[in-house]
Amino acid sequence: MNFFIEYSIVGIASGGIYALIALGIIVIFKSSKTFNFAMGEMMMLSAYFFYAATVTYSLGLVAGFCVALAGSIAIALLIERVAIRPMLGRPFIAVVMVTFGIGSIIRGVVGMVWGPNDLQIPAILSRSPVMLGDIFIPGKTARAFAIAVVIVVGLIAYLRYSRAGVALRAAAADAITAYSMGIDVRRIIAFTWIIAAITGCISGVLMANVNTLTPHLGMVALNVLAVVILGGMNSIGGVLIAGFIIGWLEAVTGLMLGTEYREITPYILALMVLLVRPTGLFGTKEIERI
Amino acid sequence: MVSYVETTALRSPAMWFTANRLTTGLLLVILLILPFVAPRYWIYFAGLLGINIIATHGLNIMMGYTGLLSLGHAAFIGVGAYTAALAQIHLGLPFWIAIPLAGVMAAVIGVGFGLPSLRIRGLYLVIATLAAQFILNFVFVHWQSVTNGDVGLTVQPATIFGVSLNNETRIYYLILFAVVFMTWFVVNVIRSRVGRALIAVRERDLTAQVLGVEIVKYKLIAFALGSFYAGVAGGLLAYFNRFVNPEQFGLLLSVFFLSAVIVGGMGSTLGAILGAVFMTLLPELLREGALQVGDTFGFDIALILVPLRETVFGLLMVSFLILEPRGLAQLWKRAKQKFERR
Amino acid sequence: MLDVENIQLTFGGVKALAGVSVHAATGKITAVIGPNGAGKTSLFNVISGFYKPNSGQVRLAGEDISALGPHARAYRGMSRTFQNIALFHGMTVLDNIKLGAHTNLKSGVLSAGFRLPSTRREEDRLDREIQRDVIGLLELDHVQHHQVEDLAYGLQKRVELARALVMKPKILLLDEPVAGMNREEKREMSRFVTDVRNNWNTTVLLIEHDMSMVMGISDHVVVLSFGKPIASGTPDEVRANPDVIKAYLGGAEEPAANAA
Repeated sequence: MNFFIEYSIVGIASGGIYALIALGIIVIFKSSKTFNFAMGEMMMLSAYFFYAATVTYSLGLVAGFCVALAGSIAIALLIERVAIRPMLGRPFIAVVMVTFGIGSIIRGVVGMVWGPNDLQIPAILSRSPVMLGDIFIPGKTARAFAIAVVIVVGLIAYLRYSRAGVALRAAAADAITAYSMGIDVRRIIAFTWIIAAITGCISGVLMANVNTLTPHLGMVALNVLAVVILGGMNSIGGVLIAGFIIGWLEAVTGLMLGTEYREITPYILALMVLLVRPTGLFGTKEIERI
Repeated sequence: MVSYVETTALRSPAMWFTANRLTTGLLLVILLILPFVAPRYWIYFAGLLGINIIATHGLNIMMGYTGLLSLGHAAFIGVGAYTAALAQIHLGLPFWIAIPLAGVMAAVIGVGFGLPSLRIRGLYLVIATLAAQFILNFVFVHWQSVTNGDVGLTVQPATIFGVSLNNETRIYYLILFAVVFMTWFVVNVIRSRVGRALIAVRERDLTAQVLGVEIVKYKLIAFALGSFYAGVAGGLLAYFNRFVNPEQFGLLLSVFFLSAVIVGGMGSTLGAILGAVFMTLLPELLREGALQVGDTFGFDIALILVPLRETVFGLLMVSFLILEPRGLAQLWKRAKQKFERR
Repeated sequence: MLDVENIQLTFGGVKALAGVSVHAATGKITAVIGPNGAGKTSLFNVISGFYKPNSGQVRLAGEDISALGPHARAYRGMSRTFQNIALFHGMTVLDNIKLGAHTNLKSGVLSAGFRLPSTRREEDRLDREIQRDVIGLLELDHVQHHQVEDLAYGLQKRVELARALVMKPKILLLDEPVAGMNREEKREMSRFVTDVRNNWNTTVLLIEHDMSMVMGISDHVVVLSFGKPIASGTPDEVRANPDVIKAYLGGAEEPAANAA
């Protein structure tokens, strides 16, 4: 039982990064109803940028992170401009396939440039464990969680109170009305891609620190996406909870069934939810105008 | 194909059929004598191509005609391959039972994954098929006692009338027969009441209901039929490679077939064939090209071959979706019209 | 043929239909008219089974079909067109029309895939019927092999009518058949609708904005205003009814919030 609690806490702690990824997915969805299947690859690419800046070009940690962030934002804007904007108004599965294809491109390019092997990025998180009462939390996981939570809370506050955040919510509620009120919806969409790039960059660097860096680092975002979609794409809060649920589930199934089950846990959860509540956990049945 | 051609040909379909029969006949004759004139490597390659055509037909039925996006096609092909292998190893079934059985098994498992989410619209099916991709691959790797894990299973050659189909030429004829039959079948389905209903579901599902088309039923039909095609392709692949292991059925293969359908042209049977041909040739061309480049600059190209493929598949998907969503089939049609106008 | 009895329909507290009854007599053209927001489209969606009314009944040829979904109603002989054209892109005109006969055909995947004689016969017969009965009547022969999205608006409306017809419906519902058409196209469409009724003795129920069309071809007219029936009778009777005149001219004074 003690084990169970310990694993649960560690799991929820690693869910912090997932929540950050989930936030990146949902802001883009809010602005343009696009499901970004390339989120994981954007995040993985950011981590490689960080690696290149700090290891290959021996920049400091802060400078290296700034370079990685700038690179991530540039790539996100490029994707939005070249591949997403031309798809406005097209069927959603076509857009999904485009993002899926972009993910494949990034994975391939990274594989060609940096190779398939594990790389080690400079340690930015202390390894010394954190004790919560008599529960032991690995140092990197705990610190990554703390950083992720701070960023998530900061971004949510920013989206709630800033002008850009208000414009985003207006556009999400009704793009045409927002447009007629002078809100440039295309700029809002680009803006959400920047937000996604930021969350992707931070989560990528954190993730590469907790684990190691490989071209498959981004696969985890597919799990997050699966659970996020099931949770319903409407509420940011629900989506964040989904992030923590994945972290917890992975840890607990890892304990009870063996670590190899971790990778498929989110999908088993997804299928079970579909069986019990086919419209998703918080989803509502949509009515199409005819 | 007929639906597609009727939509594009301004002359009467009857005339098109006559012309088409002639070309089809000619093509068949060429394919039949190919092993006598072409190098063995070509024949091996043609076999692989045939299997890919069948699998692409399957994904095209789901995605192209019915609008059901599946990210788990490779896993359903895997189900077919394992079924055929296990049917031979444990039950001693001949290939002409094992391969249809592979199709049926893939259809059953496909429907099992798809059923809960076919009832509703939206992304749930995408998630369910992604789940199928990862979960089935997990089963292939970890159900040691049945699948023999990462090592996989060895398959004995198919035999027919005492002849063992143990080289690329012999299995080529089996695959050729399967491709012709499966293509004929899908063409027939599409130009029937069923095919029209599938397209109706894709285009406007509420309107389809008003015409009496039961949406869930036809989505299920599309999903079962598409998975059946995947399973048959998998069964053939088991006899073609004579081994089955989990590595063959990863996410990259699903991306491969997605690209094939998109590049060929969604909702066109001719497109599925063109897409499969293009996508099967492409990695070979890439390899040849990369080897040349590698030789010139003196580095080991084998390392980047897999990621290079991944990049190119993705690039093709994205650029066709943006620039020519109706794919090679549309380009083909345009070229033909230009040619005829002269 | 079609009896719609006392339909009540509310959307989140807003009454869209308040006790509407319509009777479409066999072989006649019945029209439902009313100003914008009168509930015409809601009524049609109740009749085709997309909306479940709070109370009331829909009967087709005496059978209560209130509990059935849209596709089951199609199997009982109900077909309809849509206000904003709902044709299937990526198919020819002919294939679109063939879809209308879905409920009259039987082929499943296997008989279709193997092209069994039953499927072949069925498709041939359908082809002949369409060529003989529909293509000629609606003057579509020159475009039947065209891609449907390449057609002009008026022609697309006609294809939709053709698709609704090949089902050989007991009741044909037309949702604003001349909306957005020019005068010439309107005249043609009116002629086609009367031709259909005269040749096939089809029962037609239509909703329409355009008074001249309705008055020209209808046998019976029902007027809705803010979800309530305010008049019904022959075109001449309705035209002379003071309530109707008031609804059309004085509609602006009514609270607009009731609009559905």
